[in-house]
Amino acid sequence: MPEWINISGIREKITDTSAEEVTLSHIDKIRNSRTYGFSAINEKAVEQAKEIDSRKTDSPLAGVPIAIKDNISTLGIPTTCSSKILEGYVPPYNAHVIERLVDAGAVILGKTKMDEFAMGSSTETCCEGPALNPWDTERVAGGSSGGSAAAVASGEAPVALGSDTGGSVRSPASFCGIVALKPTYGTVSRYGLIAYANSLEQIGPMGTCVKDVATVMDVIAGHDPRDSTSIKKDMNYSKSIEKDINGMKIGIPEEYLSDGINPEVQKCVWDAIHKMEDLGATWKSVSLPHTKYALSSYYIIAMSEASSNLARFDGTRYGLRAEGENWHVMASRTRAEGFGDEVKRRILLGTYALSAGYHDKYYLKALKVRTLVKGDFDRALSETDVLMGPTMPDIAFKLGEKIKDPLSLYLTDVNTVPVNLAGVPSISVPCGFADKMPVGLQIIGRHFDEESILRAAYSFEQNTDHHKKRPEGVR
Amino acid sequence: MAYNNPDGVMIGLEIHVQLNRLKTKMFCGCSTQYHNSQPNTHVCPVCMGLPGALPVINEGAVEASMKVGLALNCEVTDRTQFHRKNYYYPDLPKGYQVSQYDYPIVSNGKVVIEGEDGELVVRIRRAHMEEDPGKMVHMGTIDKSRGTLIDYNRSGMALLEIVTEPDLRSPKEARRFLDKLRNILEYLDVFDSNLEGSMRVDANISIGGGSRTEVKNISSHKGAERALIYEIMRQKNLLRRGGVVTMETRHFDEARGVTTSMRTKEEEHDYRYFPEPDLVPLKVKDRTSRLLDTLPELPDARRDRFVSQYGVPEMHAKALTSDIKVADFYEMVAEKVDPKVAATWVADVLKGELNYRDLTVKSFNVEDMVKIIQMVIDDRITDRSGVEVIRTMLDSGGIPMDIVQQKGLMKAEDSVVSSAVDEAIKENAAAVEDYMQGKEQSMNFLVGQVMKKTRGRADPQTVREMIISRIK
Ligand SMILES: [Zn+2]
Repeated sequence: MPEWINISGIREKITDTSAEEVTLSHIDKIRNSRTYGFSAINEKAVEQAKEIDSRKTDSPLAGVPIAIKDNISTLGIPTTCSSKILEGYVPPYNAHVIERLVDAGAVILGKTKMDEFAMGSSTETCCEGPALNPWDTERVAGGSSGGSAAAVASGEAPVALGSDTGGSVRSPASFCGIVALKPTYGTVSRYGLIAYANSLEQIGPMGTCVKDVATVMDVIAGHDPRDSTSIKKDMNYSKSIEKDINGMKIGIPEEYLSDGINPEVQKCVWDAIHKMEDLGATWKSVSLPHTKYALSSYYIIAMSEASSNLARFDGTRYGLRAEGENWHVMASRTRAEGFGDEVKRRILLGTYALSAGYHDKYYLKALKVRTLVKGDFDRALSETDVLMGPTMPDIAFKLGEKIKDPLSLYLTDVNTVPVNLAGVPSISVPCGFADKMPVGLQIIGRHFDEESILRAAYSFEQNTDHHKKRPEGVR
Repeated sequence: MAYNNPDGVMIGLEIHVQLNRLKTKMFCGCSTQYHNSQPNTHVCPVCMGLPGALPVINEGAVEASMKVGLALNCEVTDRTQFHRKNYYYPDLPKGYQVSQYDYPIVSNGKVVIEGEDGELVVRIRRAHMEEDPGKMVHMGTIDKSRGTLIDYNRSGMALLEIVTEPDLRSPKEARRFLDKLRNILEYLDVFDSNLEGSMRVDANISIGGGSRTEVKNISSHKGAERALIYEIMRQKNLLRRGGVVTMETRHFDEARGVTTSMRTKEEEHDYRYFPEPDLVPLKVKDRTSRLLDTLPELPDARRDRFVSQYGVPEMHAKALTSDIKVADFYEMVAEKVDPKVAATWVADVLKGELNYRDLTVKSFNVEDMVKIIQMVIDDRITDRSGVEVIRTMLDSGGIPMDIVQQKGLMKAEDSVVSSAVDEAIKENAAAVEDYMQGKEQSMNFLVGQVMKKTRGRADPQTVREMIISRIK
């Protein structure tokens, strides 16, 4: 039976047995998965584990297996963004985060499913079919990093990497009852992350507990000269969680607890806020008045950037290639066959938003709204230390329930996308259950103040039992 | 006389200059020295546009671009930014070109050239940085091709696109502008014009205030002049037949020397420019004064210095400084021999012979030039022989002295002595008279004069006999 085991548990196991044993047992769990989070297993994983065993290193992730979202480039391991168009593409280089993980002794278990090119909130647009929610396999795992969340929540990997463009690590963490951090924009190098919307996304760690997320952050964060948007800043994330939250000022954005939120989810969040109060924090209501425009702004910016980012997939150099009597026909057919409906929809909308005559009306206006949203956060966080609210407006929905209605799916991102527009950090931690499904609490901080949100999340976690509950069949 | 531009020709140029003297490409660490390499050997994830790869701005390219801007009397922007120019083409690995849009690095400059009627100021609208695409190689001819291969070695090379205002009034002026621009770029050491594809030109042409056409695919200065002559003729003929010039993009067919329609205004691309999110805006203005200090002496300044320092005529100074390699060559020669004589030989003779053979000054060495000029100055060979030595060296090699000897170009000893004797008699009539009066010492004096003129190469006894025979 798979089990939830954190990094320190893994390290004890390695001491008792070996990294090879631990890796083998995880690969075995993946092969018997009921949630199908993985799209590929790293053929060299066991070899890497053996190598760690022979090295006897004590680096924090030595021998720790990790699952990687399939939009993060891995040398020698297929990287497809869960898209048919990247069929057969094997990167000749490692993403910055992979280099860091390998240097720290982590064992890359394999690649996890995602919404195609990270475009979705349920992992249902994955070209190989969805990852399932371990709490109820008839429900979605969330998205777009649904495969990573399902893998961690199913006990198939103790930690995983996802990426978050508009909530893509926080949404599945909330739906699957695990922890995930969206770092401040510029904290983790995007070198090797296959872009969906460059100005919004960050790679983020996912795990069963706050401490593990902080430990992985210590490894993957830091300046990388190959990413011009990467910031020079030294942080110690694991250390920052140790302090308590006595005196911490919490802001509750009224817009995040609006009528559209499932009342049971609201109840969990209020319980969490009161728990924080018990732990010495104070709270007050704040307003993020431009929240109602954030979703439109987010989708226009993300789709515009995506329409350009995805232009390179033309069948010329790598991945799928259709037949055609000349290059333009070949490229068009490749794109017609290779991209799924949601990806095509976003490329079309993004192309439209950037076109002459519409550029100012849509793209430029969206940028202006983005500035206003940023201002909302600056104001609210000038009088509080962190903001809290529900990560998702509801619990995980049923497979197929929203996929035919894109707008209802987009609406599920309402509380997560403003964070990406502003570039601030945010974490989702389990805060209870509604209808037997996990609910996530979102804690948002100031730019580069991961410390406060990790500390708040850790204190909450250490003083509640939500994270100790397991999906059925997981020990 | 003022040039009245009878057809109202207005020409503006867009010149793509490859900053090929940089060590690395625009956004990655790949070497720029790919010209003699196998295809696709100077590439990396960034310039191949592999998924996930990110660009990093080459600071060297930024500063080279600023230097060019300063040399063209441009203003440097306070804040510069890159945009994405979106279009599909097989040689464009990302499906967009990282370029600049509304924040070009430099703008509002000017260059003075020799116009149809004296100095002409050509305004520079802007110059912006961008990356070069790869190169397509058709297997077989373009219409019967078995396929197309793409070489991405060129992909990501730093380009500077320099845009002029439509201030040029004739194909000749356009060519002179391009020559001058190339010269300035080479003085700045940011550009080597000898490498393939190093300078590509698009030209906008209108006549009589009508619509303008844009001619693309011009790859040489000669080509620019030919393309413009053709296009002006085409527009004139069209108007004469009662037609209208429409705004369109035309392609220059270098082999046939004609322009053909590529696309009309309605078919123009919408490039959907937007700020490149993978790069952050740059503040560059504070580097201006440091870069100004590092600017080398530019062609116009050097021309003025040649006139004042060496006393050479303006025309020679211009010819010598219009190519940095020629100017450097001349200055080395002028150190060793009379600078004015050297100017004539380098500017009039050597340059002409090199041009005729399509050679550069690299094919000749300074020491040889000095020797040839010295022989002429010493009157050991004639001007005509000097030219012959140069021609022989360029055509079949060899060293000056050998050529002079093999071809028997040295002025015959006898004739040298003979003319020295004649001169000595003519110049010293008094001494001649004294000798006739019986003063023997006067003969010694006259022989001494001849020895001086021939630098001791004559035999005194022979000279004595020659003098006696001539004054009797
Ligand atoms: Zn490169």
